Amino acid sequence: MSNQGDTSVPLLAARDLAKTHGRTRALSGASAELRVGEILAVTGTSGSGKSTLLHCLAGIVRPDEGTVTYAGERLDELSEKRLSELRRTEFGVVFQFGQLIPELTAVDNVALPLLLAGASRTDARATAGEWLERFGVRGQGESRPGELSGGQSQRVALARALVTAPRIVFADEPTGALDSLASEQVMTALVGTARESGTAVLLITHDAQVAAYADREIRLTDGTVATAGVAA
Amino acid sequence: MSTRHILLGLLAGGPSHGYDLKRRHDERFPQARPLAYGQVYTTLQRLVRDGLAEVDGTGSDGGPERTAYRSTADGSRELARWAGEIAPPAPFVTNEIFAKVVVSILADGDPEAYLRAQRAAHMERMRELTAVKTAKGSDLATVLSADYALNHLDADLRWMATTAARLTTLTAEVDTA
Repeated sequence: MSNQGDTSVPLLAARDLAKTHGRTRALSGASAELRVGEILAVTGTSGSGKSTLLHCLAGIVRPDEGTVTYAGERLDELSEKRLSELRRTEFGVVFQFGQLIPELTAVDNVALPLLLAGASRTDARATAGEWLERFGVRGQGESRPGELSGGQSQRVALARALVTAPRIVFADEPTGALDSLASEQVMTALVGTARESGTAVLLITHDAQVAAYADREIRLTDGTVATAGVAA
Repeated sequence: MSTRHILLGLLAGGPSHGYDLKRRHDERFPQARPLAYGQVYTTLQRLVRDGLAEVDGTGSDGGPERTAYRSTADGSRELARWAGEIAPPAPFVTNEIFAKVVVSILADGDPEAYLRAQRAAHMERMRELTAVKTAKGSDLATVLSADYALNHLDADLRWMATTAARLTTLTAEVDTA
């Protein structure tokens, strides 16, 4: 990577993104940058284009117009195979609901990305256990998602997103379904781990108290960036 | 904020002198304005006058002579009454942010630009408070105090977001009229 460890260079940059879903224009000339190791909050009202921006930046959907550049590569022009590889090895994703596989235990959910990357089952489960410990849910390792509280479930999902040591975690309303104390536990775990490991986080939220964990905020209005706050 | 009741609360744990009460107040209420020594001593004298506290004794402990105070039974009852009393919700909005937006609308100014700038300042303060709250070793008083401030700033932000949306609607109505 050309900009590994250089916090002044954007790791991920979007320029003038436009995206339409059916007759709805979700993004209209949105630009944003995420620097190495930075925690960036993207805020805005419902329908402002926050999730669409995340999907474009994570290579989950291609923009109709504009460019997305990750570490020198144009994501909007990459093959599906290369995008899939990036999402598996360099990106971690956490959503508000339902990302854990209900048939697997918590430890097996976290081990799964490692197994897909070729690790042995024993090694993958051991590493997964360490990550559950780090997020304070080791005791729930053999529980299935249906047996976990909302906060425990999100911490397992975070462990799974971070277990492959990604350079960026994309988190779409990771605390949206949680009460304030569970939300605080999840954010403390996410931000603490990201800062320790130098992982950048793109955090979508409508909650200002969650956005306050970030270094910087950009605010979307009607698919464009209304304000881009500067890091303290 | 009732300084006399705060001091009675600090005395509930046992006798204490003015210097110690000031120090403990500033520790327990880290986001509040620090108490002035003069205010502490004046308030203690009034508590004694009103029978809510009394002198426990004097001692120097090698330093200057200090008078220790303790709460009386009346003081304990008064503290319990005050602590259980409902604080009336503020009947009038006198916040400076609200006043600036209203004045800006009246004077044909740019309330949206002001609201954007104010939001950025609020977010900056919320980032500072979040860092204080989540720092390793933060004590309970610091966490509770930061939570209180964060929730109030968050309430301001929600009002500002609603107001910004109303201004957009209003502007659209005026433009199409």
